[in-house]
Amino acid sequence: MSAAAAVPIREKAVKLPFDVEKIRADFPILRTKVHGHPLVYLDNAATSQKPQAVIDALVRYYEGENANIHRGVHYLSQIATEAFEKARETVRAFVNAADAREIIFTRGTTEAINLVAQTYGRVHVGAGDEVLITAMEHHSNIVPWQMLCEEKGAKLRVAPMNDEGELLLEEFEKLLSPRTKIVAVSHVSNALGTINPLKQMIAAAHALGIPVVVDGAQAVPHLAVDVQDLDCDFFAFSGHKMYGPTGIGVLYGKTALLEAMPPYQGGGDMISSVTFEKTIYNKLPHKFEAGTPDMAGVAGLKAAIEYMNGIGIEKIAAHEHDLLEYATEVVGALPGVRLIGTAREKASVLSFVLDEVHPHDIGTILDQQGIAVRTGHHCAQPVMERFHIPATVRASFAVYNTRKEVDALARGLRKVHEVFA
Amino acid sequence: MPELRDLYQEVILEHSKAPRNYKALESANQKAEGYNPLCGDRFTVYLEMDGDKIREIGFQGAGCAISKASASMMTQSVKGKTKAEAERIFERFHKLVTGHSHEHEAELGKLAVFSGVSEFPVRVKCATLAWHTLEAALEGKQEKVSTE
Repeated sequence: MSAAAAVPIREKAVKLPFDVEKIRADFPILRTKVHGHPLVYLDNAATSQKPQAVIDALVRYYEGENANIHRGVHYLSQIATEAFEKARETVRAFVNAADAREIIFTRGTTEAINLVAQTYGRVHVGAGDEVLITAMEHHSNIVPWQMLCEEKGAKLRVAPMNDEGELLLEEFEKLLSPRTKIVAVSHVSNALGTINPLKQMIAAAHALGIPVVVDGAQAVPHLAVDVQDLDCDFFAFSGHKMYGPTGIGVLYGKTALLEAMPPYQGGGDMISSVTFEKTIYNKLPHKFEAGTPDMAGVAGLKAAIEYMNGIGIEKIAAHEHDLLEYATEVVGALPGVRLIGTAREKASVLSFVLDEVHPHDIGTILDQQGIAVRTGHHCAQPVMERFHIPATVRASFAVYNTRKEVDALARGLRKVHEVFA
Repeated sequence: MPELRDLYQEVILEHSKAPRNYKALESANQKAEGYNPLCGDRFTVYLEMDGDKIREIGFQGAGCAISKASASMMTQSVKGKTKAEAERIFERFHKLVTGHSHEHEAELGKLAVFSGVSEFPVRVKCATLAWHTLEAALEGKQEKVSTE
């Protein structure tokens, strides 16, 4: 077979029909009516809805597997422990970590970032040192570093972005110096949708020996993430934004860094022996998992990853990209609309303002038509200040959204014009 | 089902587009700032007090239609009133927008157009932000008022 003949086959594989209606049937909540209208859920960057497979995993856990892990010799405890560690392996494969011990379960992205700030950060950041973040960070990737800097007498530096919401890579590189002890950056901006040039940023930081913490909360639902390829030192994400349950998240960290870090919280499971004189800490990853973890949440997260893998992250990304392009065109063409965040590389998020009408009023009028969007500062107040606006309307897409729903959004926005005409 | 027109009444839309007493009072002897972190609304209320009486009132800031109209109509309704009278109006207004009591609707005069807010619980904070700010200004409080 010639090489030329092989090409159409690959194209055909990519262009397999994407049956969004079949996917929608997996999400029971999408059958909800809101104020008499079918729910149009476009607030996925805040939290995604959950497929039946994830809901079932939670139920199955409590119906048939619940027992405390790493403790009992009894049957259920062994089943629960095995399931928990299998899930860790599923997460490892999902982000392509080198070793399952590099996967730490947390409550979410926020706790994962705080963990790094309070352990690695408190050891390595001192008076006069700097932590470098970017202008598009979520509060959860600002405040933990601010708290650390305040405690240590260190300085928080902020790499700027342009009017499109793209990071100014040259400025970022200029801000890296021997004083920089940590770089913390979002993979995808929650307020703007910008995908940051992580590989270049990480390479630039590593050239000076600076570790990089990635806030991946908005990336994992939409892009294939390979932590080894990125070469990031830490990568944090949440289950609930990627079709999983709330209250469960992940911190990936390179083994050597995690080994050298002091524990975060003290308690059960994170120790190997305790006397009143001295405690020996457990090995990775348990050193960072004090107390009884969210075992049901871990089961749900595993089911969410399997659900995404079942569709294929490339297909999810392609479908969402199509929706984003369509929405950018349709909403962008409406009178008075100004898009906020027009980076060339974007994922899932369409943020905008409307002349003369406050986002909060838009949110109420859309809600009356069953359309759920986020209105406000999206926990990114510095981003709002950068664009001189108090708030935006944010529509964010997931695998189950449709072009018809984008049309509903556009109709809803026309209704806003009618009310305020 | 709550109707949008109950919330966005003509009077409210008109005040939001052309707010009254929208100015920083040069003669102010008391002022306060209010902030709603949920939606980013910010208002400053300026008072020129003559003893216990509100002789002049002005406000400035940015916010949604409900919060701006409420601030605008508030300035009209409390101008010339004493501190105690203004506080009583707020108390009745608060009951109205939270749906606790419509019995004083007649006494509230034009402010009764905000009764539709009670059908939209998340918007109560918008309707009351300027009022909380007024209350702080009347008390001579320095710290920023927040509705969260």
